[in-house]
Amino acid sequence: MKLDVRQIEKQFVLHNRGGVRVTGFSDISFNVARGELLALVGPSGAGKSSVLKAIYRTYLVNGGSILFHRQDGTVVDLAVCTESSVLELRQREIGFVTQFLKVLPRISALQAVAAPLLELGEEEDAARRRAAELLAFLNIREELFDISPLTFSGGEQQRVNIARGVIAPKELLLLDEPTASLDEESSSRVLKLLGNLKKQNIAMIGIFHDQRKVDQVADHCYRILREA
Amino acid sequence: MLLEIQNLSKVYGVSCGECLDLTGVADDSCICPVCDSVVAMNRVSLSLDGKEVLGIVGESGSGKSTLLQLIYQDQCPDNGRIFYNGFCDRHGVPLNIFEASVSECSVLRNKEMSMIYQNPRMGLNYLFSAGGNIAEKIIGAGERSYEVVRNRVIELMGRLELPTSRVDNYPDTFSGGQQQRIQIAKALSSSPKLLLLDEPTTGLDLSVQAKLLDLIKELQKEMGFAMIIVSHDLGVINHLTDVTMVMKHGCLVEYGLTDQILEDPQQPYTQLLVSSIL
Ligand SMILES: Nc1ncnc2c1ncn2[C@@H]1O[C@H](COP(=O)(O)OP(=O)(O)OP(=O)(O)O)[C@@H](O)[C@H]1O
Ligand SMILES: Nc1ncnc2c1ncn2[C@@H]1O[C@H](COP(=O)(O)OP(=O)(O)O)[C@@H](O)[C@H]1O
Ligand SMILES: [Mg+2]
Ligand SMILES: [Mg+2]
Ligand SMILES: [Zn+2]
Repeated sequence: MKLDVRQIEKQFVLHNRGGVRVTGFSDISFNVARGELLALVGPSGAGKSSVLKAIYRTYLVNGGSILFHRQDGTVVDLAVCTESSVLELRQREIGFVTQFLKVLPRISALQAVAAPLLELGEEEDAARRRAAELLAFLNIREELFDISPLTFSGGEQQRVNIARGVIAPKELLLLDEPTASLDEESSSRVLKLLGNLKKQNIAMIGIFHDQRKVDQVADHCYRILREA
Repeated sequence: MLLEIQNLSKVYGVSCGECLDLTGVADDSCICPVCDSVVAMNRVSLSLDGKEVLGIVGESGSGKSTLLQLIYQDQCPDNGRIFYNGFCDRHGVPLNIFEASVSECSVLRNKEMSMIYQNPRMGLNYLFSAGGNIAEKIIGAGERSYEVVRNRVIELMGRLELPTSRVDNYPDTFSGGQQQRIQIAKALSSSPKLLLLDEPTTGLDLSVQAKLLDLIKELQKEMGFAMIIVSHDLGVINHLTDVTMVMKHGCLVEYGLTDQILEDPQQPYTQLLVSSIL
């Protein structure tokens, strides 16, 4: 077991809109084992992204628990543990590949992708080589390697983001629509990468829209329905 | 744990004894209705791990600078305690830093912590050269060899992208952004474990601000110090910090991971603050 999500729920209370309550999601339970990919599916607005953000603690839940099994065998409840422990887990054990790239403007695509490896103490040359391999595998043209990815197209940015997220994979990876804005060829490359990560015993939760992709990579599928 | 703040209060004026209870978020004021004292800090508790970056946001007058000044011991609190990692008595029992002797206080201020003020005039001595200002702190932290001090000054100026040929010029002769970088070079010269920054980029033009912030972030990653940064600019907070505290009328309104505070603020005041800027 890697992650055990039990009956989490989330309401947003908008105090400056007369206290109106917006449901993010309710009664969500699932678990993911090491080396498994769980697909989250459901209609737009059902709460898929919100569930991932809750696991990453960007959103606070109103109830339930999110039990994460750490490398050292201990279990922490991500719903309530301290901010400092969340920061430590984000640094070492839990990664989030969001839909949007967030990097400094002075950083090139290659540097952005190599950075997580360098942080682990890998040598500069080796890290850059591995980053270049990954980018090439994801069909990013070599002439783009040395410029800032902030000028890239949406799909290119997304691939840089994925490369950055998987180059030094954390044991639990959260992926928000990793193939959303990609063509067939690029998506299948991404799915291949995710398949490799499973072999490295990485646990993953990914949001997908296309049932064929789910069938291709997911071990289990959790469907979130929109509140009636 | 690097820093542990417990129940810290600061009242400006002669307190009637009820000021803390009569002011705050619910009363929508930090001025005591009985005695007119200003409650700049109202029972704030907080802790910070080594290498963490904490942002402080809140409206003008909410007590942000007061908190930094209390931590740096520029001010004395009326109540509460601050513990700092490694600051203990002979038996290893943690001591309140407000009970430090003059010499202990100087170690905390010169070696363990550094403060960067919004206005470089507060942090620099304009009668000393740029190099002299940086050297002063290195010497204050215990270094005595002229060679070592001089080399470290040059090295730091280079790292902060200041022209090292101008080491003997006075701060007045540098641009605003450069003066701020002299202040940062000075602050970092003792390799502090905690850097306190009060609106370090306000007043600089936007492109200079962005470069300075990138540089601070780079240095923080490289040298691994913890930081507490006060800023009105949520962009700066988002860019630089791990955790954020929101203050109003001297009270801690909300504390959390920075992305949580910005994307899922819980308190009405935080929601207002975040929505008015986004
Ligand atoms: N030395 C002092 N004597 C009297 N009142 C003071 C003193 N220093 C601060 N105050 C008051 O304490 C309150 C908090 O001040 P502080 O400087 O901490 O605010 P701040 O949050 O840093 O505001 P800003 O964003 O405007 O810098 C204010 O009402 C201020 O007027
Ligand atoms: N930060 C937020 N504040 C208020 N409401 C939000 C916030 N984030 C998401 N929601 C609401 O929660 C619901 C679920 O959204 P989301 O998780 O983005 O759905 P999905 O990813 O499944 O399309 C939606 O009704 C959305 O408007
Ligand atoms: Mg979504
Ligand atoms: Mg201030
Ligand atoms: Zn009073």
